[in-house]
Amino acid sequence: MKNKQLKALLIFTLVLITPKISFAMHIMEGYLSPKWAIFWTIIALPFVIKGMMRINQIVKKEPKKKMLLALVGAFVFILSALKIPSVTGSSSHPTGVGLGAILFGPTVMSFLGVIVLLFQALLLAHGGITTLGANTFSMAIAGPIVAYLIFKIMSKQNIKKDYCVFLAAALGDLVTYMVTSVQLAIAYPDPNLGIMASLGKFMSIFAVTQIPLAVVEGIITVIVYNMISEYSKEGDELIESLQ
Amino acid sequence: MKAFNKNMTLLLIIAFLIILPLIIKAGSEFGGADGMAEEAITEISPEYEPWIDPIWEPPGGETESLLFSLQAAIGAGIMAYCFGYMKGKKDNKNAYNR
Repeated sequence: MKNKQLKALLIFTLVLITPKISFAMHIMEGYLSPKWAIFWTIIALPFVIKGMMRINQIVKKEPKKKMLLALVGAFVFILSALKIPSVTGSSSHPTGVGLGAILFGPTVMSFLGVIVLLFQALLLAHGGITTLGANTFSMAIAGPIVAYLIFKIMSKQNIKKDYCVFLAAALGDLVTYMVTSVQLAIAYPDPNLGIMASLGKFMSIFAVTQIPLAVVEGIITVIVYNMISEYSKEGDELIESLQ
Repeated sequence: MKAFNKNMTLLLIIAFLIILPLIIKAGSEFGGADGMAEEAITEISPEYEPWIDPIWEPPGGETESLLFSLQAAIGAGIMAYCFGYMKGKKDNKNAYNR
């Protein structure tokens, strides 16, 4: 029993203590007009609530998976702390949400992601409270959904697990930044050339920078996924959630 | 051991991917992509002023890097705990079955 409490405590501290994940991709405070801020918040809300319910359910009904839940959360914390140089001459960081989305489904990451984004906005001035909805949608909803779907579809095709995990994590990472670009483009259409011109500009900043990082995230996720399968192969039951 | 070698190979690829930009883009400062987006916004609509400011900002780069290392350290600690726990459990089970 004590162990279970310890695990729950670990998850809790993880979420509380490390507030400042600075996603270099986040939309900065005050850079979305109130109209868009409200729009994205309304879209993001149901996913976050669903994720909260799902996590409650896991903690209550499948306590053995709490360890794995802590692990995927910790993975997000590590990856999002690493600002990595890219070929464009600027830096960005991976999201780390792919692993959790594969293991637990996308909504669980929506909830973990929003807490991370919130504290980061409050303590590190990265992202912002008014842009929380938009940033949640890109990093904690769109990214995990894409990762989850790619993994599901590829797994059914009898493709080697390594490739499924790699593509799921890498594309989930890339999609996050592409969605951010779209969000900025529709909020800031080019006065003469329209939304598409703006989109090109933001894509060239966010998406291109992110391509090598997406590959890095894909590979790291494969390593961690394989370690999880390896260690829990012998009937630990942790890995049951993998399918 | 085979899995270990595979992971090491993958880690080498990662190291290569991270070091490569430092070489081909030598001289660049590798600033954050979000700062570049801020500039792009100013370019598209020069009159735009953020309508709200962050509530609190770290006083400087040192404090910010402290928070970042803390974040990575806590994440790494928890992950190591989880893997250690899982490995111990597996080893224990194997020993019991033998």
